[in-house]
Formats: sequence, C-alpha cells, structure tokens
Amino acid sequence: MSYNILLCGVGGQGTVLASKLLAAAAGRADRTVHSAETIGMAQRGGPVTSHVRIGDDVYSPLIPKSCADLIIAFEPSEAVRNLPYLKENGALIVNTSVILPVTESLNPSGYTGTEMIAYLRSTIDKCIMVNDGALCESLGSTKFFNVAVLGVAQGAGLIDFTEEDMLDTIRSTVKAAFVDKNIEAFKAGLQAGAEEKEKNPALAEGKEEILQRKLTVEEVEQINALKKEIEDKRNKSY
Amino acid sequence: MKKEYVMGNAAIALGAIAAGVNVVCGYPGTPSSEIIETVAKHNPDKAIHVEWSINEKAAMEVAAGASYAGARCMVTMKMMGLNVASDALMSLAYVGVEGGLVVVSADDPGPISSQTEQDTRLFAKYCRIPVFDPSSVEEAYQMIQDAFEYSEKYKTPVLFRPTTRIDHAYANIEYDETVKPKEIPGFVKNSKRFVIFPRLSRMNHEMIEKRNPQIGDDFSNYKCNTVAGDEGCKKAIVAGGVSYAYAKEYLQKRTDVKLIHVATPHPLPEKFLLDALKGVEEVLVCEELFPYLEEELLLLAGKHHLTYRVLGKHTGNSPLAGENTSEDVAEAIGVFLKEVSPKDEEFIHKIEQIKGQLLGNESAVNVPKPPMRPPVLCAGCPHRASFYAVKKAMKGKKANFSGDIGCYTLGNAMPLDMVDTCLCMGAGITMAQGLHWTDEDCVNFAFVGDSTFFASGMTGVANAIYNNADLILCVLDNSTTAMTGHQPHPGTGINMMGDVVNKIPIEGVLRGMGIEKVLTVNPLDLEAAKKAVSECAECKGVKAIIFKSPCVAIVKKEAECRINENCIGCQSCIREIGCPAISIVDGAVTIDSAMCTGCTLCAQVCPVGAIEKEVH
Repeated sequence: MSYNILLCGVGGQGTVLASKLLAAAAGRADRTVHSAETIGMAQRGGPVTSHVRIGDDVYSPLIPKSCADLIIAFEPSEAVRNLPYLKENGALIVNTSVILPVTESLNPSGYTGTEMIAYLRSTIDKCIMVNDGALCESLGSTKFFNVAVLGVAQGAGLIDFTEEDMLDTIRSTVKAAFVDKNIEAFKAGLQAGAEEKEKNPALAEGKEEILQRKLTVEEVEQINALKKEIEDKRNKSY
Repeated sequence: MKKEYVMGNAAIALGAIAAGVNVVCGYPGTPSSEIIETVAKHNPDKAIHVEWSINEKAAMEVAAGASYAGARCMVTMKMMGLNVASDALMSLAYVGVEGGLVVVSADDPGPISSQTEQDTRLFAKYCRIPVFDPSSVEEAYQMIQDAFEYSEKYKTPVLFRPTTRIDHAYANIEYDETVKPKEIPGFVKNSKRFVIFPRLSRMNHEMIEKRNPQIGDDFSNYKCNTVAGDEGCKKAIVAGGVSYAYAKEYLQKRTDVKLIHVATPHPLPEKFLLDALKGVEEVLVCEELFPYLEEELLLLAGKHHLTYRVLGKHTGNSPLAGENTSEDVAEAIGVFLKEVSPKDEEFIHKIEQIKGQLLGNESAVNVPKPPMRPPVLCAGCPHRASFYAVKKAMKGKKANFSGDIGCYTLGNAMPLDMVDTCLCMGAGITMAQGLHWTDEDCVNFAFVGDSTFFASGMTGVANAIYNNADLILCVLDNSTTAMTGHQPHPGTGINMMGDVVNKIPIEGVLRGMGIEKVLTVNPLDLEAAKKAVSECAECKGVKAIIFKSPCVAIVKKEAECRINENCIGCQSCIREIGCPAISIVDGAVTIDSAMCTGCTLCAQVCPVGAIEKEVH
C-alpha cells in the first residue's frame, strides 16, 4: 500500500520545506519514501508542486493522476489546478488566502478565489478549509503556515506518523533559530485539524457512506450503454 | 555507510565520489546544476578538483586532459551543453581515455526549462560511445559508478543521461563517505595515442566499430538491463529512463506481460533483447524524446528476420513530443493490453456531465479555470531597469533587440517587450551583427548576461569588432548565474574550490578587445542609464554598456518603496515597468512591501513624485 501526498502552491510559500519535513518524518517512521519537486522556470510567483510518495510499491517519482490520498494546497486556485491528482475519496486541505497572479494588474484575470472555494466545497467531501492568517495569528507571520498546515493534516488524522515523529523531524530539519516557532505553528495546526475532524465526519469515513445517494442500477446501465456506444464507434476507427 | 535523503543530482554526485572521482567540471544548466554543487559540498579536504568551467566545451577538455593522466573525471551539463561540448567529445571518442571519463548530459523532456527536446541517447550513437540511462534515483547512484568502470574497461568516454524527473526526484541513498579519490597514475606521453591525425582516426574508427558489438554483449549481462514476466508471453513492453518507472507503476508485480528495461541504449544489448523477446509477437516501447529504442527494435527485427510488431511513437501509440507522464504510459500500456480504451477527453467530460446531472451536482462538471501564473522578472530585478532604460532612450527610433539565454529572456514579456530574438547561448551578440548587415539604418542591441558573456559571448564580440559591425552590446551584469541557481563565474571572484580569485573585469575585457566606448552604469539610476544608451546610439561601430547591479536574490534588502498621498492613480508605474510588487488593491495603487526591494525604478517613472523610498 502506498500513501501519496501532493503539496501545491505558489513559489515562495514554503511548499518545499513542508514536503521535506513529510519525507523526513516518513523516513523516521521507517517507511520507504520518494518525492519530487518542480524546480526550474517555476520561479517566484509560478505554480509549484511537490509529490511525496510513501510505500514500497512506488516506482514513479510523480504521483499519477487520481492517486493522491491527500492534497495540501497553499492557495485555492492551485488546489483546483491539481485536483485531477486527487483520489476518489481523497482528502484536501486548502488555504483560503488568495494569491493573485503577479501579472494581475497588467492583465486582469478576473480571478477572485471565491469560485474556486465554492467549487472545492461542493465537490470534495473530505475538505478542510484553513486560513493562513487565522492559523498563524499568534505566530505573527503567515510564513509558518507551511509547518502549521502539516499540523492540521496530523490533527485531522490524514497522515499517520506519530506526533513525536513529526516534532522530532521539525527539531532536526528546521534551522535552530526557528525550531520553537515552527513547533508552535505545528501545534496550532494540530488543534485546528482536530477541531475539523470533530466537525466533519466525512474525514474519518469512506466516500460511499457520505455521498448523498449512489447511482441507481438503471443509471449505471445508462452510462455503460453510452460508454459502449462511444467505444464501439472508436473501435471501428482504431 | 551513511543514509541520506537526497535529490537525484546529489545521488549522481555521491555515486561519482564513491567511484573515487578526481576531477569534476561542468557548466550550470537546469536540470543538471546540483551535481557539481553537491560534489563541492562533499569535498572537505579539497582532494577532488571541482570547477564551474566557463562553458561545456572547456569542461570537456579539462576532463579529457586529466583523464589522459589517468584521473577519473566527470563532466556535467544539460543536454544543450552537449552541443557546445560536442566538438571535444566527438574527437575524444576517437582518441579514447585513460582514466574513466563520464559525461553527464541531463535531458529535459517537456521541455520544462530548455530550448530543445534533443535526446542524448542519439548523441551517444552518433559519437559511437556507450550511454547509461537511469530510471530512478537509486539506480542513478549505482549506474554512475558502473559508468566509470565501463569507461576504464573500454578506454572510452561514456555518456550518462538522467532526465529532469530523475535529477529532481528524491530518495534515500546509502553511501560510503570514507572513499578517497583514486590515485592518479600520471600522464604518460604517447603522441601516437593522444595526438589526433587522420590516420589515427581511420584506425580507431575501425577499432570502435569492432568494439561496440562487444560492449553490447557485455551490456547483455549488465545487471540493470532486466526482464520481468513469464516465459511465453506474447506481449512485451520495452522501456527506458523514467518511463520504465511509470510502466512498473502500472504493472506492479504482474507477470502476464514481459517488462524489459533497457538501461544501456547504446551499444544495444542485442543478445539480451533477442533472448528477452523470444516468442514475443507485439512490443510496446515506452520512452521519452526520440523513438530511439523503437527504431533499434525495428533494426533488430530486420537484422534477425524477426516478426514481432513494434508499437510506439511511429505508430501513434505514444506521444511524439513532450514529457511522458505516468498517465501517458499507463494509457499506452492499458490500450496495448486491451485493458482500457484510448483516452477521449470529450467522452470523459460527457460521462462526468451525465453523472453530475443524475446526482444533482452540476458544479462538478463546471470546473473553474485557475489563473495563469507566467514567470516574470522578480520585483526589483535590475534587468527590468536596464531594459526600460534602453526602451526609453530608443523611443521612436528604429532598433532591434537581440536577447540571450538567462533570466533576462523574460524581458520579452509585456510591458517591456524588449527581446526580439533568443536562440542559444551567446547568439544575441552575433545575431545582432547579422541583423545589422540586413538594415544598416537600424540600431542593433545585443543583451547578454555576465555568465553567458564569459561562456560564449566574447568570441561574438571579437567577430563584431573584426568585421566592422555596428551594435550596442548591453552586458546585464548581476554578478551571478541567476537563472540556474546563482552559481559563481569568472567575474565573481570565487570558485568551486572555495578560493578567492581575481575577478575578470568585463569592462577590461571589452577594452582589451579594442572597444573604445565602454560605459558602466547602474541601471537603477534611470537618467544615467538612458544617457549612456543615447550616447552609444550616436556613435558608429561596436559600443558596450555594462549595466551593473547585483541580482536581488543574492543581496539583503535594505529599503522598500511606498506610495504617498500624491498618487493620482494614473497607474504609469504599472503600465510602464510591470513590477510584480505593484498592484491595485481596492482601487488604489499599492506596493507589496514584502516583495519590494526598494529599487526605486517605479519612483523614477512616477510623474508626480508619489513614490518614496524608505531605508531600513
């Protein structure tokens, strides 16, 4: 069994440190771990992703589409951009703070974030919305969000390393001067995550039980018939 | 042994160190740059000679010399660097080596941050030398060590080609940190061996052609060329590079189809393939870039009268261009095994739509479109100021702007729109000359970065002077190789051995070449910069302006700008310079204080003095 975590955001938000911490925690918990980052032209302001893959049956450095168990999105539109990677019944943690493209004032994109947030709310059952400002209020800077959000994942039961594994990893990975602040951030996240878990029973359950209703047998047949029709058409030309 | 979670490039570096490498040199280029940086970090007693050479050709030649003396050498570059180094490599392939010489040429399918989608495997075939093609970080660590062994065994340079997804992936590597560099036997003069003449080339060419099938046989027993699956399978998948990892991800431990991994594409391990393909009727090839293995299999079938069918890029079963994704490979295999039907976006959308309607969840099919986030010059980037100064000074005049490779290629974006051409390293300077000869009334500018200037700009300048061209050379000197991650170069005064060395002064170089008008200005002083441009535009011949201001990513910021009550909301600052730190928030022009570096270009553009600088 593998467990796949995709982190996404905008360059400069600290997704790389978050993915390093996850990978290091996995190593500490004696799991096989692989990861990959997008670097290169993706400079400040460009979309960035980190793929963290935990498990023995992992070969590709990148998570295949529909295979992420958890997406941690540092920005709403980046969550939507990477949603094709989410497994059916996968979980999403998304920061509701919007980052406009750096070209926004020259070429207005009309992007506000509200449409992204509404879409995510309506389509993902296991969805946790957090706000970096609120989560990091006591810390004085949203730059600790990258560690706080790992706390949210831990608190909501979406990563199964022990709390100690994570805390030890932070202590050994983060620069000494920032360890205390980061641990404080992680703990703030833990609490927020635990509260979310209380509020949203979907987080602990399978999707089947929480779908409003399943497709009926007739409906499934209807879809299958359509599938067959299109496939037949294609097979003829293949 | 030490276990560490490292990037693929670091694994390659650590593997080379484990192989006792003596000399490591190269030129920065994504996705290869971290290899040399890692070797430099793991070189506490300076026992390994590590250098950023001025370009890939220089690196290749430094390594060739050291190898003749028996040193183990690694040369690193991105695949386009191999074009630059190919002059040396091609001849070196004929001469051969003494100490193991491995050329790491990182391919960039996609391309993600490159100008071409060329394939180093094909280069190996062209040079008639072996190539190793790792499929994972772990394999890269092992294979680079094997590459040294084979290089020494057959006295030939060897290519090693990782791709971006191997270079920038991470895995746990266990490595021996106590290995010391190999003892260097020393150069034994032998002009019959080391001086290339037609006679030697003719003789060695024959030797190489006879040798290569032997290497192929040797590779047939190489441990990384593997085959999985039951005997008697009628279908086989042949894969190389990261595509092999994608194929394995799809197939997992299945044995009802053969999965053949070709880790050494050249010379082709023929015996291994003939054996692995016994009884196979259909082969699907999964690979990126050139249909290399696909064509080799077709050649093999022709040579041995085999009847298997080969599916791949030539048959439309795999994408012809771009990077393979895990899904591309899964789909190709699924279709090949008749387990899935070919992807049809329209079809999938239709099904989703019906599902959405039935479940009363319409929003599921109307996915909002995330905004584009194009890369831009950073806030405070001195290149923006340089481009703007030239633009303003040349307003209304006929001028061409030849660009080059580096961050400053982004000067092409609106509103600057100051890069008319970009071809390859150093080409801006020479292309400006070509443009000049077609229209002598037009003022031609060539923009080149400091690192690119040293890499391949100087010869172009000599060409311009010698041939009486008329151009204004603009050296955008930000004192680093910014694009690839801030590597030092001959103008920075430090090298990869940690030595403080004399900086090669660009102004001195240009004057030494005979350019009389060489002006050095701070681009962040807009008036002075404009004046320098106008002054140069007035004279004939080759002129140069060095726009000198450090990259904002390597200096600590000491100030920032803010908007005061004089702002009339004309938005000139936004329209003119396109700085990402300036935006409109709630109808008012605002400067993001976290992003702003206090460069003051906006303040100099503002018509009403509404922007002021605050020093910390």
